[in-house]
Amino acid sequence: MLHIVVCIKQVPDSREIRIDPKNNTLIRQGVPSIVNFYDKHGLEEALRIKDEQGARVTVVTMGPPPAEKGLKECISLGADEAVLVTDRGFGGADTLATSYVIGETIKKVEEHWGTVDMVFCGKQTLDGDTGQVGPGVACRLDLEQLTYVSKVVEVNEEKRTVMVHRLLEDGVEVVETNMPVLLTALKELNAVRRATLPNMLRAARYKPTVWTTADFPNIERDKIGLKGSPTIVSRTWVPDIRKINCTMITGETPEKIAEHISDKLWEEDVPKKLGWTS
Amino acid sequence: MSAEEIEDQMPDWSAFRGVLIFIEQRGGIAKKVSWQLLGEGRKLADKLEVPLMAVVMGDDVRHLAQEAIAYGAEQSYLCEAPELKQYRTRPYSRVILKIIEEVKPEIVLFGATATGRDLAGAVATHLPTGLTADTTELDVEPHPSRLLLASRPAFSEKMMATILCKKYRPQMATARAGVFEAIPKDETRAGEIIHIENEMNESEIAARVVDFFEESHSINLEEAEIIVAGGRGLGGAEPFALLKDLADVLGGVVGASRAAVDAGWIKHEHQVGQTGFTVRPKLYIAVGISGAVQHTVGMSGSEIVVAINKDESAPIFQFAQYGIVGDLMKIIPAITEEIRKRKEFLGIQIPNTESTEAIESA
Repeated sequence: MLHIVVCIKQVPDSREIRIDPKNNTLIRQGVPSIVNFYDKHGLEEALRIKDEQGARVTVVTMGPPPAEKGLKECISLGADEAVLVTDRGFGGADTLATSYVIGETIKKVEEHWGTVDMVFCGKQTLDGDTGQVGPGVACRLDLEQLTYVSKVVEVNEEKRTVMVHRLLEDGVEVVETNMPVLLTALKELNAVRRATLPNMLRAARYKPTVWTTADFPNIERDKIGLKGSPTIVSRTWVPDIRKINCTMITGETPEKIAEHISDKLWEEDVPKKLGWTS
Repeated sequence: MSAEEIEDQMPDWSAFRGVLIFIEQRGGIAKKVSWQLLGEGRKLADKLEVPLMAVVMGDDVRHLAQEAIAYGAEQSYLCEAPELKQYRTRPYSRVILKIIEEVKPEIVLFGATATGRDLAGAVATHLPTGLTADTTELDVEPHPSRLLLASRPAFSEKMMATILCKKYRPQMATARAGVFEAIPKDETRAGEIIHIENEMNESEIAARVVDFFEESHSINLEEAEIIVAGGRGLGGAEPFALLKDLADVLGGVVGASRAAVDAGWIKHEHQVGQTGFTVRPKLYIAVGISGAVQHTVGMSGSEIVVAINKDESAPIFQFAQYGIVGDLMKIIPAITEEIRKRKEFLGIQIPNTESTEAIESA
């Protein structure tokens, strides 16, 4: 049976974060935490594969203890097992340090629940917004990587191949590769299901497996947390977007307004800039 | 560990010099972002007094190595092989890792495209080094630190953050398309093309590109010269047809604010700004868009902005050269007609207005 790991992250819903206009700082209070929605599309796809051909689905996350809530949500949707990796030592990790710890976590998951055939990550997180952890984890575990997946065409357990659509800027690429494979999920991949009552009951009782640094005796301390993170934020600021004097275009009728704005565009040399005139 | 202690451990990076740009291509045609990155890379390299280098990979792409020189590179590293015809993570990252190992650049930049992100994520982890995603501003500190100041929007574009990579080299970043400017192409510029051998056989590559189909309706906001964008003020999906008519007459494309996309009036591929595209057209017409910072960050690189809104106090007017207060349902068709007349007068063929299927609701 296939073993699928889904990497999730509990994130503040950054769409709800506001800027305090007085001191240009972020107002994080009262901002709800949610499972990063791209990750939920990854979970949904893993669950669909489970529904169709049978699979064990293990969800992993690295984060502070409250991230357990997100794992329970995944159990309520139908995941089999969930692992929370939490420790102050892991805190402050950038994408390089995160991919190292997630990679080590997946190795440990393999020891407990068997060899991993597929890993799903979200395309990116709502808070970090980098899209780098997926490729990072693939690299750490030497997995094939398929990013920006909009459709899983086939998962062939026997041939150990996966065929997907990748949604790129200029079109759709159909690509096939071998397992073990890491895929990053787009929202186009599927529609996320609702929790079922039996799964909700299971989630309520379920205790995620919790691992701390003590559970990783061989982990290299200089590769985790702040110390293992090459990138550091040196400054944040609120962008000061150019403000310019706006010339208001008026006219008695829409036609007059249209004429005036067109005159302005001609004065600005727009026809020449666009190559309409030489 | 305190910041000072980290400072103390700064290794000697004198062996790492130069700025390296990944040139992304499909079918032998480079993505515009590649030339934009060369333009920005040129500034960084000049400031550091180091060479600007390009990496070109593919099959039959020698002309791109030459083009990269015309766009500002002093050296083009060229790796041509049938195995590199289509982008695949493993062979592409193998080649670029080999070049980084040999050349030891201090800065490596990729476009923040699906391909650029896929490749940069793999390469940075392999090295390993720090990678800053989706940058929109780049600068360097002078000697001795020579640090790359990589700045990017954070918290859904509400803030900007500058990110440094002090302890590792090279310093890597992906950068958004449309943010930086290419320098004018100069075919007379001299440069060196350095051939690199591909060492990965097809048998070692598991991934196989079976097919590729262009999205027939996909629009290219990032490369558009004219964008007519609609927002919440449109009140529904139907007025987007008027915007499409105007965009067609102008030879442009339709954009949208997040509010319009979230309301389901138009597909996400039209979204400018927050979680959408950063654009730098010659003309940006913002219709019924209030002008929240999440949107204006994405369109502030536009050359000329015309804002049309019924609310005269809308912030968008602070970012527009020209403002029109009024009923867009009447004003937009009038402008469309006026432009049509003027183009006809100039003897310019106006493209047939196709159906509005390109903007069917999300």
